[in-house]
Amino acid sequence: MSQPVTDAVPVEVRHDLAQVPLAPPSRTSGVLEVFRRRYLLRLMVRREIKARYAGTAFGLAWSYINPFTRFLTFYFVFGVLLGRGMGLQNFAIHLFAGMVLVTYFTESVTAGTRSLLSNKGVIGKMAMPRELFPVASMLVSLWHAVPQLIILVIACVLTGWWGDGPLWVPDVVGMGAALLGFLLIMVYGTAAGLMFSCINVIFRDFQRIVQTFINIVPFTVPMMYPYHLIADGDRIPIKYHDLYVANPVAEAVMLIQRGFWYPTCDGPCAVDPVTGATLPNFVDDLYSRGFIMLGIGLVLLAMGQFVFSRLEKTIPERL
Amino acid sequence: MTTSIVVENVSKTFRYQSHPTLKKVLQNRLRGDRSNQTFKALDAVSFEVPQGQSIGLMGLNGSGKSTLLKLVSGVMVPDEGQVLTRGRISGLIATGAGFHNELSGRENIYMNAAMLGMTKDETDSKFDDIASFADVGRFLDTPVGNYSSGMFARLGFSVAVHVDCDIFIADEVLAVGDRPFKRKCLKRMKEIRESGITMFYVSHSAGSVKKMCDRAIVLDKGKVGFDGDVDEAIKYLHYDGDDEEPDGEESSEDERDDALANDI
Repeated sequence: MSQPVTDAVPVEVRHDLAQVPLAPPSRTSGVLEVFRRRYLLRLMVRREIKARYAGTAFGLAWSYINPFTRFLTFYFVFGVLLGRGMGLQNFAIHLFAGMVLVTYFTESVTAGTRSLLSNKGVIGKMAMPRELFPVASMLVSLWHAVPQLIILVIACVLTGWWGDGPLWVPDVVGMGAALLGFLLIMVYGTAAGLMFSCINVIFRDFQRIVQTFINIVPFTVPMMYPYHLIADGDRIPIKYHDLYVANPVAEAVMLIQRGFWYPTCDGPCAVDPVTGATLPNFVDDLYSRGFIMLGIGLVLLAMGQFVFSRLEKTIPERL
Repeated sequence: MTTSIVVENVSKTFRYQSHPTLKKVLQNRLRGDRSNQTFKALDAVSFEVPQGQSIGLMGLNGSGKSTLLKLVSGVMVPDEGQVLTRGRISGLIATGAGFHNELSGRENIYMNAAMLGMTKDETDSKFDDIASFADVGRFLDTPVGNYSSGMFARLGFSVAVHVDCDIFIADEVLAVGDRPFKRKCLKRMKEIRESGITMFYVSHSAGSVKKMCDRAIVLDKGKVGFDGDVDEAIKYLHYDGDDEEPDGEESSEDERDDALANDI
């Protein structure tokens, strides 16, 4: 080993590596690595948020304008044009509460699927845990759910203020349910993002396939129509009801509706317009179903990580 | 003496076409020609680098230099064999790779430093050095999309050379920037080298390798063609001027680089 002859700088303590074991430079500990590099994750999330509306005059206001117009559209089509209310009180809140989570889910899955491909410049050149990309896009989508949540809270308060119903007071069970709904979407969104992002690198048609199916998601959850339409077995054979409620997004939507829509109702939330009989608002065992789905979601997340670590080795050369 | 990099019997295979269409795959299947779709970018490469040594990696275009760098830096994983390293790796393979055009130079410095493994405190304490080295002046708070290509490269370079690393990888350093900046770069690289950091230096310029490195490895079609003394490596590659130059420009380019290398 050659030491510089002139003005020899002694090797700094930091560079005394005799104690450090030799290790493969690409070794990572999977998704856990994301927690170790949370500073980088924070910067990546902030970068995405900043870059999204960079150069626009309205800036962050777009995060409010987009969901608000979408909400108005759905409200007019489903609430006003087609069977206003369908026996539901405060249909607008029923709809918007669901939209917060559905938008969060669809955004995090589509952005997560593209996350590796859209960052190929960095991935092909720098060594860093690549799990960061799908996780970051999930968190960016979560950040964009915040303005919608604010609109939702304002809508709930205003409904209680001016409407006939009680003042909207968040209850502990309801807020817990809403939180569980968010957790469900986070876990399933991340699992899907991890799996889909690397599949999309290898098989690039995948993001088109995801896009096709993700458009169906808003219609498979009880937000534009009440849950009892599915549960009564008149339109859809009752055997499909179990399949319907096994959808984690539908479960999450009912959980957040429990938190925000349910407390705004005066008396029963859903009433048959003809007979006046009380109809079910949500699926039975709403909470135990939620926790079971969370467990399944965590298993899926572990599977997603497994798939990711298997496929990611070949990603840089395929980009 | 501590070993810094171990490359053991490493091979890496690539496919000629990484995304064949379904049609293409079926056609090839029907014709029964499955051979010749892959090539070996690296073939049973082995060497060890002790800590503090400065290695010059040479070879013609397509000889596997970039692939080897990507394996050592951890971007890629070898198909066969193993690569082992000690400590943090930084380098100039990816100057400006993580830059986001919409963000300012300042934000990109923090971002890029974090990608290279620096913490916030570390970046804070080195920020002034990085900014003054990049020398972009008032453009520091302008989105980097508006930078000139030279400024862009300087900013990326500046972050990379300020990472407190144990292995430094430099790929074609002299390809960026104007002459004063090149001189500054080489000076900085010399400092890095003298502080006991293991250096992996890739260049086509015989002069700068001679100045910067203690040892040279020449890759030849994915295999180690030569490993040892720098002067002999240059002879091995016929870069020493015995070969007739096909055109004058290349030699004058070489001379300029040599002159630069002599400057520092």
